[in-house]
Amino acid sequence: MLSYYLQLAWRSLRRYKTLTVLMVLAIAVGIGTSMTTLTVLHVLSGDPIPAKSGKLFRVRINTFPDDRFQPTDKTPDNLTRRDATALLGDARGDHQAVMSAGSGVLITPQGEPMRAQARYTTADFFPMFNVPMRYGRAWNGQADTAHARVAVISSQLNDLLFGDQSGVGKTLQFGDASLRIVGVLGSWDMNPRFYDLSNGEYGDSEQVFVPLSTALDLHLGTSGTMNCWGNAKDAHDLDAPCIWLQYWVELDSPAKVAAYQRYLHNYMALQQQAGRFRHPAQVRLQNVMQWLDYKGVVPADVRMQVWLAFGFLMICLLNTVGLLLAKFLRRGGEIGVRRALGASRRDVFMQYLIESLVIGMVGGLLGLVLAYAGVALVRQQPTEYAAFVHMDLGILLMTLLLALVASLVAGLLPAWRAMQIQPARALKAY
Amino acid sequence: MHIRHILAALRHHRIAALLITLEIAFSCAVICNALFVISTRLERMHRPTGADETHLVEVRVGHVARRSAEATLAQTHTDLAALRRISGVSHVTLVNQTLFGSSISFSSVSLSSDSNAPSTAVTQYMADVNLIDTLGLKVVAGRGFRPDDQVTDASLNDKNPPQMPVIISQALAKHLFPGQSAVGKTLYAFGPNRIVGVVKRLVQPRDFGAPGEYEYAMVFPVDTPYPQGTYLLRVRDPAQRQQVIKQALSVLKKDGPLRLVSPKYARTTEAARAKYYSADRAMAWLLAGVCVLLLGVTALGIVGLTSFWVTQRRHQIGIRRAIGATRRDILTYFQTENFLIASAGIVLGMALAYGINLLLMQRYELPRLPFYYFPVGALVLWVLGQLSVLGAALRATHVPPVVATRAA
Repeated sequence: MLSYYLQLAWRSLRRYKTLTVLMVLAIAVGIGTSMTTLTVLHVLSGDPIPAKSGKLFRVRINTFPDDRFQPTDKTPDNLTRRDATALLGDARGDHQAVMSAGSGVLITPQGEPMRAQARYTTADFFPMFNVPMRYGRAWNGQADTAHARVAVISSQLNDLLFGDQSGVGKTLQFGDASLRIVGVLGSWDMNPRFYDLSNGEYGDSEQVFVPLSTALDLHLGTSGTMNCWGNAKDAHDLDAPCIWLQYWVELDSPAKVAAYQRYLHNYMALQQQAGRFRHPAQVRLQNVMQWLDYKGVVPADVRMQVWLAFGFLMICLLNTVGLLLAKFLRRGGEIGVRRALGASRRDVFMQYLIESLVIGMVGGLLGLVLAYAGVALVRQQPTEYAAFVHMDLGILLMTLLLALVASLVAGLLPAWRAMQIQPARALKAY
Repeated sequence: MHIRHILAALRHHRIAALLITLEIAFSCAVICNALFVISTRLERMHRPTGADETHLVEVRVGHVARRSAEATLAQTHTDLAALRRISGVSHVTLVNQTLFGSSISFSSVSLSSDSNAPSTAVTQYMADVNLIDTLGLKVVAGRGFRPDDQVTDASLNDKNPPQMPVIISQALAKHLFPGQSAVGKTLYAFGPNRIVGVVKRLVQPRDFGAPGEYEYAMVFPVDTPYPQGTYLLRVRDPAQRQQVIKQALSVLKKDGPLRLVSPKYARTTEAARAKYYSADRAMAWLLAGVCVLLLGVTALGIVGLTSFWVTQRRHQIGIRRAIGATRRDILTYFQTENFLIASAGIVLGMALAYGINLLLMQRYELPRLPFYYFPVGALVLWVLGQLSVLGAALRATHVPPVVATRAA
């Protein structure tokens, strides 16, 4: 029966070519725009580190002095060096790392200076964020305490400086600093760069990693948000009244998360007792997805586009319902003949529903092509995230599903009306 | 016209008429709001900065090996002199932050030395005394900087930092001293700073804080070393900007130690503006595209349905023609019918547009939809409806009266 209905549908679609093309186009355009915007949303709200995103927590506490404290203000993103050092020393998490972004100048083998992005951090950074190593290994906690003159570099930088050889053991001249390369990163792309969103949310990972203690010794250039109050000779000093360091902790179980919360509240209580401030303690512990949501990594424009696209799809569907209705009712005579010859209402209903499905699937396939074109267009846009937007199998299947559902919804009412046609009246009018 | 008759006829096509009404309503609602968002984006993209952007180019230079503060400052002066000698360049300065640049620096500004006094975060441009002329800012009160106003960047960290004068934007002047002249008054940012001048307009490098604060800015006469700033050049003829960039790069490369000088870190301020607003531009284009597609789809829906109705009513049209209706009457009939449907859709669409706008106001901090968008949206859809119906309606006028005599 199905193949017969498909055959009928095909014949009817060919008979009213213009109408068919109009309907297919409307569905295709609606599906194409919806899926393009959904793809962008899907990519942007994706989990950058699915294996661990629930176990990695951004630590934020508000240690502003009382005259800088407003209960309604957001807890700052970063920590003072003094607080970061204290938390790191206590080491209550399974892993923890302090970090800051920076940059410096390298000289390429051709003698050209170039600016390289850097991350100054502590040893746990590498195991904590699942950073793979191509050559050598990352530095350990001893190197941190010894302020060792070491560096880990990216694969890309290794190839630029040393060709296809390993740079491990060689010296990296980074600005004024001479650092011994101990490791070369494997491929490691975190997008969005959740661990530090203050220097661009999307982009390649850093090229140079240096122990924070070493970077501070050598006065390597830092970048990112620096928020100071009071006078500081050097904002990077241990006791400088400046918040600028990012702090991450890995907590492997809910019990540990609760314990860490208590620990942070205790820490804040100690600070209050020590007279640093009297305001109520603000403690925030957010895992990766909560953190990304809090920072609003998905641009408001993208959300607006998704709403717009689905509004558009709905209008396209309304349009299709209207056209299908017109088309089916125009064939009242034909329906009457079929009914008179013994087709049940259910048969008529099925026949017209299948015709709508055929339109929907053709529209869906065309919509898929349009969505690919749309994604290609998004990739041309001068946005930070453009290069990371891509179609995947999930989106592909979802497109076809959406087309199926959309055409079913659009076909229900017209098929229902077609089924209601009285054979006697239709035949009389024929 | 026989509006009653049209309504009676439509009652036989309730569902189809309802569908078209809904389609028009949604289109109207989406188009009103999309046009409004487009206009807010365009307005944002064309905000002036107060600077004469078409005459400006900027070049950033990074140091490779650190040198003493004195040597770096001396190199900066050498660079400035060399850049000034480039033909076609009228003014040169080195500034800590550029318009539409990625870095932005702030100080809290208050009107008393008390640290608990209410303060406003204001962005600070620190540059040698040539900044006002290089940017082409209009001094509307007081004076510009004089060479003896200038202090060095290093001296700001002294135990007793020198007292610098400051020039502020008019918006900041109005905020700090409403109804008074700001010139001669003192604000507290880097110690006490006496206001010597007010410029008509100067804005933050990029949006930060409340929207009204975009126009708050202050300028300090600070001799800054080049690694902490960007060279800003004012050209006499905008056509020469690329030429000047090329020459500036070669001058900076030739003069001084090995440094980071690359076309990557040089651009015109106009290019910086285009890049800064690229997301707004893309959004505006996208919305415009959706509006066009939406109008197209709606038109197709109307065309499809009316041509179906015309075919279906051939017989009735024939009868009407046979009993005396003119072609004009038939045309008016279909036009009026469409007008009624469109009007119903538009009324519903207005309510929807208002609702969507309320949602956008909540979620995206969009302002209220101005009243005049409603008549504009209505007009667009009325015209669209009339144009879409025209083809089928004209076809209807050609139905010969003789059809009435044939069997239905």
